[in-house]
Amino acid sequence: METPLTAKIRPDGTMVDLAAYERAGGYEAARKAMRMSPAEITEEVKKSNLRGRGGAGFPTGQKWSFVPLGPDAPRPKYLVANGDEMEPGTFKDRVLLEGDPHGLLEGMIVAARAIEADRGYIFLRGEYTDAAERLERALQEAGAKGYLGKNIFGSGSDFDLRLHLSGGRYMCGEETGLLNALEGKRANPRAKPPFPQVSGLFGKPTIVQNIETLSNVPHIIAKGAEWFKGLALTPDAGTKLYGASGKVKKPGCWELPMGTPMRELLDVYAGGMREGVKFRGVLPGGASTDFLTVDHLDVPMDFTQVAKAGSRLGTGTMIVLDDKTCPVGMVHNLTHFFSQESCGWCTPCWSGLRWAEEMLWAIEEGRGSASDLDRLGYICGMMAPGNTFCALAPGAAEPIQSALKFFRDDFERHLRYKHCPWRDGR
Amino acid sequence: MLSPEERREIEEELAHYPVRRAACIDALRIVQKHRGWVSDDAVRDIAELLGTSPDDIDSVATFYNLIFRKPVGRHVIMVCDSVSCWIMGYDRARDHLQSRLGVGMGQTTADGRFTLLPVVCLGACDRAPTMIVDGKLHGGLSPQKIDEVLERYK
Repeated sequence: METPLTAKIRPDGTMVDLAAYERAGGYEAARKAMRMSPAEITEEVKKSNLRGRGGAGFPTGQKWSFVPLGPDAPRPKYLVANGDEMEPGTFKDRVLLEGDPHGLLEGMIVAARAIEADRGYIFLRGEYTDAAERLERALQEAGAKGYLGKNIFGSGSDFDLRLHLSGGRYMCGEETGLLNALEGKRANPRAKPPFPQVSGLFGKPTIVQNIETLSNVPHIIAKGAEWFKGLALTPDAGTKLYGASGKVKKPGCWELPMGTPMRELLDVYAGGMREGVKFRGVLPGGASTDFLTVDHLDVPMDFTQVAKAGSRLGTGTMIVLDDKTCPVGMVHNLTHFFSQESCGWCTPCWSGLRWAEEMLWAIEEGRGSASDLDRLGYICGMMAPGNTFCALAPGAAEPIQSALKFFRDDFERHLRYKHCPWRDGR
Repeated sequence: MLSPEERREIEEELAHYPVRRAACIDALRIVQKHRGWVSDDAVRDIAELLGTSPDDIDSVATFYNLIFRKPVGRHVIMVCDSVSCWIMGYDRARDHLQSRLGVGMGQTTADGRFTLLPVVCLGACDRAPTMIVDGKLHGGLSPQKIDEVLERYK
């Protein structure tokens, strides 16, 4: 089984420096890309069927193809790596950033060539201090070799790449919120169109791409689209960094073929449930995805199949709910997060989430009423896609609406007993 | 007044953005690195340097979880209260920290040693429950582990 993203990463967690990276074949894809035209690179990535690993799964090559090319295109153009990994339950990009920072840099050099970007930023969440140190070192190493800066690899093109540390806010991970944050503003979302590919950072054409997505790019260029598709068990190509947290025996993050069944991830890689607890449900791809249950365990974990099952692959990092954890308490915790992190730009989001959070707490405390469940459903409808500028509120609605569907009995028991059946001493 | 060092570091950042105000988060982080927090005076000084208004800078400063607009202790503890840590025992970790330090969330110990704050998911869910102290991650928090970690920060 090939694991291109993590093959270079050291078991002891130390960074793969430039020398080690190059000994393992690193930066060969960048050299090859310098001999290719931008259109050829984008075409290869399109053919590979690489889809964005940040959660939305948008086809990467297609995204790049919207950027205007040639001498008449607006300049400078920007490439931004989205390293604002703040989706609760998600810890996959950290593995790449800390373990193999040059893999990201090489992906960015290739992607920059494809869209003729002059400047790049790595937007990193401020809490990732180890990743920040290693990225700074990798940037210095690559710059000293002439892989970044002026006339990279003797190609005649410049690519100036810079690390930006965020002040810490979930909204910064949203594509247009991130662009505002990089411009030194509050990370409110922007209206689309215009799309960032045409008018993004400082009004110039910009591509924003997840860390895992960019880290795949050198391998696609080095080994080809067909090889990349062959890595997966399903048509959603490549490998995927999957993860599991919660009361499983071995929480962790694993690179596996795209489309690995959820049951295999949970039973084999996560080692099954801890002694004394039973599986009840799972958020398959981070906090903003719909719950799935024991009936869905055989779903192949890819964008297409998880969507068919009624949820989203999201970031591919699963949060497991067990029978000793209260589903209402869990959904309250999630909603508290989204409510706190809402930027306040759109009313259904800041108002709806605050309202939902308070209602969920009332139910959890035994102060809820029967009509609250309908009202929660109504709020989820109000936060549906199309009612807000960005996907924060629709994402926040996903665990609430699916918990109401799958764990309705548990909500009703809170109402009936007027307390949480899971809390101690009651 | 910004110190010469703060000013120099901020100006170094300015070179990497096409507009001055884009360096605002960098500037806030730089000031906080030197002073521990960002005062009203610092907000005014940054605004002047970046050619924008103090309100504008403050709207950004108050938006971010990691920018402190009030003084903090010598060490800042941020405990993850997001979903995976919540499942794995955030409540116990928080209660132990609060009773051990004798402060609630958002407060600083009387000796100025620690400030205790909640924080959102730290992206280390496989090591839950987690916290960061002065930016360094600590996972698998049991009461005993917490006591050990606190000993390292005087």
